[in-house]
Amino acid sequence: MAKVVGFNGNAAVAYAMKQINPDVVAAYPITPQTDCVERFAEYVSEGLVDSEFITVESEHSAMSACIGAAAAGGRVMTATAANGLALMWEMLYIAASMRLPIVMMVTNRALSGNINIHCDHADTMGARDAGWIHLFSENAQEAYDNTIQAIKIAEDLGVRLPIMVTQDGFIISHAVERVEILEDEEVKNFIGAYKGRYPLLDLNNPVTYGPIDLFDYYFEHKRSQIEAIDNCLPVIERVGKEFGELSGRNYELLEGYRLEDAEYAVVALGSTCGTAREAIDSLREKGKKVGLLKMRCFRPFPRESVIEALSPLKGIAVLDRSVSFGGFGGPLFTEVRSALYDAPSRPSIINFFYGLGGRDIYPEDIEKALEKTEEVVKAGKIEQHIDYLGLRE
Amino acid sequence: MGNLFDSQVEIAWCPGCGNFGILRALKGALTELGFSPEEVVLVSGIGQAAKLPHYIAANVFNGLHGRSIPVALAVKTVNPRLLVIAESGDGCMYGEGGNHFLHALRRNPDITVIVHNNQVYGLTKGQASPTSEEGFVSKAQPWGNLSLPLNPLSLAISQDASFVARGFSGDVDKLKEIIKEALTWRGFSLIDVLQPCVTFNRVNTFAWYKERVYYLDDSYQPEDRIKALEKSLEWGDKIPLGVIYQHQRPTFQDKIYSQIEEEDLIYRGVNFDDLFSRGLRLFT
Ligand SMILES: Cc1ncc(C[n+]2csc(CCOP(=O)(O)OP(=O)(O)O)c2C)c(N)n1
Ligand code: SF4
Ligand SMILES: [Mg+2]
Repeated sequence: MAKVVGFNGNAAVAYAMKQINPDVVAAYPITPQTDCVERFAEYVSEGLVDSEFITVESEHSAMSACIGAAAAGGRVMTATAANGLALMWEMLYIAASMRLPIVMMVTNRALSGNINIHCDHADTMGARDAGWIHLFSENAQEAYDNTIQAIKIAEDLGVRLPIMVTQDGFIISHAVERVEILEDEEVKNFIGAYKGRYPLLDLNNPVTYGPIDLFDYYFEHKRSQIEAIDNCLPVIERVGKEFGELSGRNYELLEGYRLEDAEYAVVALGSTCGTAREAIDSLREKGKKVGLLKMRCFRPFPRESVIEALSPLKGIAVLDRSVSFGGFGGPLFTEVRSALYDAPSRPSIINFFYGLGGRDIYPEDIEKALEKTEEVVKAGKIEQHIDYLGLRE
Repeated sequence: MGNLFDSQVEIAWCPGCGNFGILRALKGALTELGFSPEEVVLVSGIGQAAKLPHYIAANVFNGLHGRSIPVALAVKTVNPRLLVIAESGDGCMYGEGGNHFLHALRRNPDITVIVHNNQVYGLTKGQASPTSEEGFVSKAQPWGNLSLPLNPLSLAISQDASFVARGFSGDVDKLKEIIKEALTWRGFSLIDVLQPCVTFNRVNTFAWYKERVYYLDDSYQPEDRIKALEKSLEWGDKIPLGVIYQHQRPTFQDKIYSQIEEEDLIYRGVNFDDLFSRGLRLFT
């Protein structure tokens, strides 16, 4: 029997971190992540982990410390949110370019300005091109499960890349839910012992990290990074299956909900998928053939799985919780739409922005989005590609 | 009694917080010096201290955690006729924004930096800040802070900062006088204000400070840099308050304007008739 506890998302990730027992954690406080790091600090203080916990004066330093520790050969974790992530920006690229398998929990929070501490996805979406793997979580359980899987994925020799495991700020990070946890031993065996590759601490084999790389080789190195992240998809799938065997909770790149015979679907990230399930159940009761595609893995973008899942549909509502100012639609919309360009059949796609700065989204909003999508398909013409949910105009 | 600088915003500090004293002292200083709200710009970062500008009716620029000083410097440079105050916490000014602080010391902009030093990160609920005592226990460091506290006054004096003072939020009248001196000082002025955080700092409480603080008397000469440095190192059983160091030197604006030989940047190439017709008011 699995052990069941009441955890909020922060506690769930802190507990996963305890079971992972990383060599180094370096972090700086920022709402709504602080609670996670403080809980982990308690585990350190109680001697329940062997981790070195480094408190720093900024997130830039936090990520720098993580990079140093990972290059030295350690298993390294951190956590942040919003402007903390933004302040790490240049270091995010260093971590990915050096192929350092750091795992970072991000409680998604809106970016300033103006200052807002609540959930949207502007922070991690802004970091989507830095070369990290991005795994989104629908609830505290998934935040816990994703964190454990992230270690195994990041450290896989075919991957060796940093991973962000995200959870919606406050909505997941601060809401207590039922979470099934594994035994410490099970986690330990699942992730295995860590062996750093090319560690700086291997004094017999000195190595150099990050020397100058100009027009002569930079481009080839980026090419190899492109290949590296693209190659992660099968590893993420494999680890998801293995985790399923261990826990009974299977993980794939994407998750469909009532999609099999659906004509219309919403595509969403994070906690909104839970809200969408309600909307779909209620529309199904009214006889509508609707479903949900939850994007768990956003980077690398699982293009083929998206085509397979969405191409048979008539219409799709893509829900974006962040804006790409001046772009044609939000980040999720542009990816999904682009993936479907050479699909065997192309459904109509509408983009709905919602929930910026923590604005609540309700099942009725999602029902409305699906209904609007159906209307557009029936009318045979998209007048408006971009729409909004829950906004005063 | 009502004050010209009263704001309608509801205050979100804990009852008994040391920030209230700083707010009262600052409002008093601005009033007694005869400023009007339109002439004053408060620039802040993020934190409990950084909320203060919301509670004063004046111009406010609220940006990012740690980043108030460069904004304040630029505001003052573009419009030297404004009174510019950067206001934030010890974490914001000395930690996340520490680099800006260092370089402001070098540049000597004519701004006043008021640091609410509660020796803790208040807003994020009580982690050790750059001024927390070694061994300070917090939820993020249950084993106690491993670093030594930064001494902002010594740092500022060592870099020949123009005006360096320490105040105590538990003594509003005297703090007000120090703030008045800083606001009328030409050049960079730093006031590090000892501000008890009644919720998260159970070490450096009102009582703790009251037992230790004392004011420099008239015989003290703040122009002597070496003496000032010595004074700034005094901490523990006795903590000096007042103006610890002052030294006039050319300001950032003096140097910029001598280079560009122009009137204030704000007047450059502006069509005032147009602006006035759209409601602009000028303060000279
Ligand atoms: C880049 C960034 N990192 C972290 C935070 C979270 N944060 C907000 S205020 C604060 C510290 C506040 O401490 P201090 O500046 O001393 O102000 P106080 O609340 O004690 O007055 C932190 C870490 C943030 N807003 N931005
Ligand atoms: S937490 Fe501390 S600094 Fe913040 S308002 Fe309360 S007493 Fe003041
Ligand atoms: Mg503080």
